Amino acid sequence: MAANKPRTTSFSRNFSAASSTAPHAPGLKHGPNGTMFLSSGILDLDKILGGGFALGSLVMVMEDPEAPHHMLLLRNFMSQGLVHHQPLIYASSAKDPRGFLGTLPNPMVSKDDKSRVHETEQEKGLRIAWQYKKYFGEHNSESQKDGKSEYCSNFDLRKPLERHFFSGQRIDCVSLKESADLATFQEHCSSFLSQTPRDNGNIAGGRIAIQSLCSPQCEFSNKEWEMLSFIRSLKSLVRLSNAVAVLTFAPSLVSTAFSKRLQHLADTLVSVKAIPDEDKELAKLLTGYQDMVGLLSVHKVARINTQVPAILEATTFSMKLQKRRSLILECLNQAPVDGSSGASYASSGSCSGSSKTGALDF
Amino acid sequence: MANAPPSTLLDEALDGKGAAVFSTSPAAGGRMILVEDCVETSGAFVVHHLLKRCLSPHSSDVVVFLSFANPFSHYDRILRKMGCNLSVQRDNKRLMFLDMLMLERLGRDRGKTSEDVFIALFGEIQKAVELSLSHAGRQHITVIIDDVSLMEVDANGSSNLVLDFLHYCSSLTAQFQGCSLITLNHDDVYSNEDRPGLLLKLEYLADVVIKVEPFSTGLATDVHGQLTVSNKGIHDGSGKSRNKVHNFHFRIKDSSVEYFYPGSKT
Repeated sequence: MAANKPRTTSFSRNFSAASSTAPHAPGLKHGPNGTMFLSSGILDLDKILGGGFALGSLVMVMEDPEAPHHMLLLRNFMSQGLVHHQPLIYASSAKDPRGFLGTLPNPMVSKDDKSRVHETEQEKGLRIAWQYKKYFGEHNSESQKDGKSEYCSNFDLRKPLERHFFSGQRIDCVSLKESADLATFQEHCSSFLSQTPRDNGNIAGGRIAIQSLCSPQCEFSNKEWEMLSFIRSLKSLVRLSNAVAVLTFAPSLVSTAFSKRLQHLADTLVSVKAIPDEDKELAKLLTGYQDMVGLLSVHKVARINTQVPAILEATTFSMKLQKRRSLILECLNQAPVDGSSGASYASSGSCSGSSKTGALDF
Repeated sequence: MANAPPSTLLDEALDGKGAAVFSTSPAAGGRMILVEDCVETSGAFVVHHLLKRCLSPHSSDVVVFLSFANPFSHYDRILRKMGCNLSVQRDNKRLMFLDMLMLERLGRDRGKTSEDVFIALFGEIQKAVELSLSHAGRQHITVIIDDVSLMEVDANGSSNLVLDFLHYCSSLTAQFQGCSLITLNHDDVYSNEDRPGLLLKLEYLADVVIKVEPFSTGLATDVHGQLTVSNKGIHDGSGKSRNKVHNFHFRIKDSSVEYFYPGSKT
């Protein structure tokens, strides 16, 4: 937490200063070093990354080949964009990518939202040292704003996104299965982003979601250099037009060298991993093992306009579905700490991240 | 060199001795520096450091910066925090920034082959080198490439094309006494190849190899990683050259980078 503290404070100051001078689009907020953030659609992930996905960054998600956890991230990312009326491109190797829009989660109604805030408030009284209280204050005031201008909504994964969010939006769905090369898709993206409305200098923040780029259904999946050159152009395109691209790929489907190249190209790099159902050893080691659906590791955080690396207090987080509805991320808790589970990432202030990979976090 | 900035461990490792800054000492032209990094720890800060050093007010160097990785605003912002204004330097013609992120750069969008693009690119560099070295008072020129692995992408995977290009660039350092070459590459990309030709060739060409690695015991807030500087070209007084390896830790800050020997941080 020590590393995050100065960043958090300077960030909130920037935010208030900027919002008082020039009102901006509801889905964006100012970050350090002249960057802007848009929300990933997951409150905890936004916090981990220091505010969200930086505008102009290329986010890569490394898939688990056996579990669709990356879809959770994509869904929340896309839904959040639609809630904020940001233009969206979705591309996948499916035949009919538009069908995926039907699976997007709906933001929870404010009543549910309050109950969650209330819950964390109760929890914090029990578990959290006093110095972290101020962060809760911030968090609460932010989430208690009226539902429309909320930076990050809380999504109910069981309810499909309501129809009115789709109306009047610029949503493009592209199937990568049909196209033989990526050049057409690249042109599509650039023409789409060039149309991004910029009303009186405000940046709207377009979103590009690409699911399973390297999947073998696509014709170009064996042309590694073509894909790399596409991603490189996408990266520069996104950087110049202040959009955010989230791209998932399965590292196991491509060669190691190619996967490393992709990881270098990513501004923000996370990986998701399913956890086996009956791993007794792990179950003994971690509290709340039964509620976990998977693990999320943050490998790289976008460093735009700065050379200082972001050192997180933990790099591996557990993904849980709270009440089977909303996705939350938590620090891994070692078993002997205490029996209670369900401490959100924000509420578990300092915890030794006993990550499965064995990396030590201080 | 009246009020030169305090030389860091990295500078000392680069120059062999503590005092001389290589870009300003006449004997040290024509060097090639290779920076290697990996996904976990970016080596970009070394490039920023070297860029700042080349553009310091105590030298009259000219820098040609080939950026494949980031737009100008990114470097401008970082270097400004470090006390070096890139926009001013660019206006003073001391920095020539080639933004290779732009697709239309050198006609890449007009269906030119990557070979044509590279030839055109080298032509620009060569012209800049010749032009600035013909200027009186400007003795040194440094070509910085950030980074080579993206260049390979532009070359459509043909590492021969990249090698040719780099070879031409390094021949510039031989041809003109005052020309140096600084390149950044990612060495973990090649770790699984049997014969990582490009990386080995680069390491062979380089006089100094700076390797950036994550801190061996994991992430820490006060040690961001470790640097290994292998300096091949240190000549001592007797005319012999020896290979010297320095190893130290670093911590990156906005305005500077702290370098220290392992365990010496208080």
